[in-house]
Amino acid sequence: MIPRMMRLRRRDLVCQQAVELVTDYLEGTLPRSARRRFEAHLAGCPHCTEYLAQVRATIELAGRITPDDLTPQMRDEFIDLYRRWRSEGD
Amino acid sequence: MDDDAELTRRLRAGDEQAFVLLVRQYHDPMLRLACSFVPSRAVAEEVVQDTWMGVLRGIAGFEGRSSFRTWLFRILVNRARTAGARERRSVAVADTGPAVDASRFDSAGGWCEPPEHWTDAIDDRLRAGKLADRIRSAIVDLPPRQREVVTLRDVEGMSSSEVCHVLDISEGNQRVLLHRGRSRVRQVLETEFGRAT
Repeated sequence: MIPRMMRLRRRDLVCQQAVELVTDYLEGTLPRSARRRFEAHLAGCPHCTEYLAQVRATIELAGRITPDDLTPQMRDEFIDLYRRWRSEGD
Repeated sequence: MDDDAELTRRLRAGDEQAFVLLVRQYHDPMLRLACSFVPSRAVAEEVVQDTWMGVLRGIAGFEGRSSFRTWLFRILVNRARTAGARERRSVAVADTGPAVDASRFDSAGGWCEPPEHWTDAIDDRLRAGKLADRIRSAIVDLPPRQREVVTLRDVEGMSSSEVCHVLDISEGNQRVLLHRGRSRVRQVLETEFGRAT
């Protein structure tokens, strides 16, 4: 058995590199070896795990933005636009 | 969103109400997207109106090979680019700042100022009504190219290939812009949560 400390490879990620891989990771575009290294880093790093959770939360929050509704005036303008178009064909 | 197909069918059949419903659903994101290409809100509003006129004139020939939404945003982006006379792909990846400020890491690249836990507080903040405005403005404040990608991907929920098609950018560029944009918005939220606890 190799002691755990000895298994730290020179290709292990540091946190500053890991945060730059988050989008590629979430997009599923990391090559398999890089993905494994990233996940191995997360497994041992609560801060980067937290960071990833925050990015996920950010995406989720953006998805909850609801569009501003039309004002009655805008609605009328678009109805006008529609009727102008209808009359083009006449 | 699933009823776009139904609404476009009704629109083709000459249903004014279907038009109003589509405008209602897409006007706001279209306006926000147009704003990133043109210098003023007034011009952006013209672009959006012009786009809807293009939609009405083109709907009879719309074959549904792409989704209505993709078709709509492509028309918008083309018109907005023309109106903004901005070069395609120019400075597409110009903003290459790090996802997290370098000062938060030690010399070995580990966190010295790690992110505090705040994701559990999101629902309370949302209920308090402040967070929704903050995330909106964080996205509006992004550099234009990042704003376009984050708006389409994360607010509109488009797939990456849909976004690439709408904005006419490569998958690689799309990912870089998305990465920068999301990183910045996360930072804004972190600051927001750190401010008032």
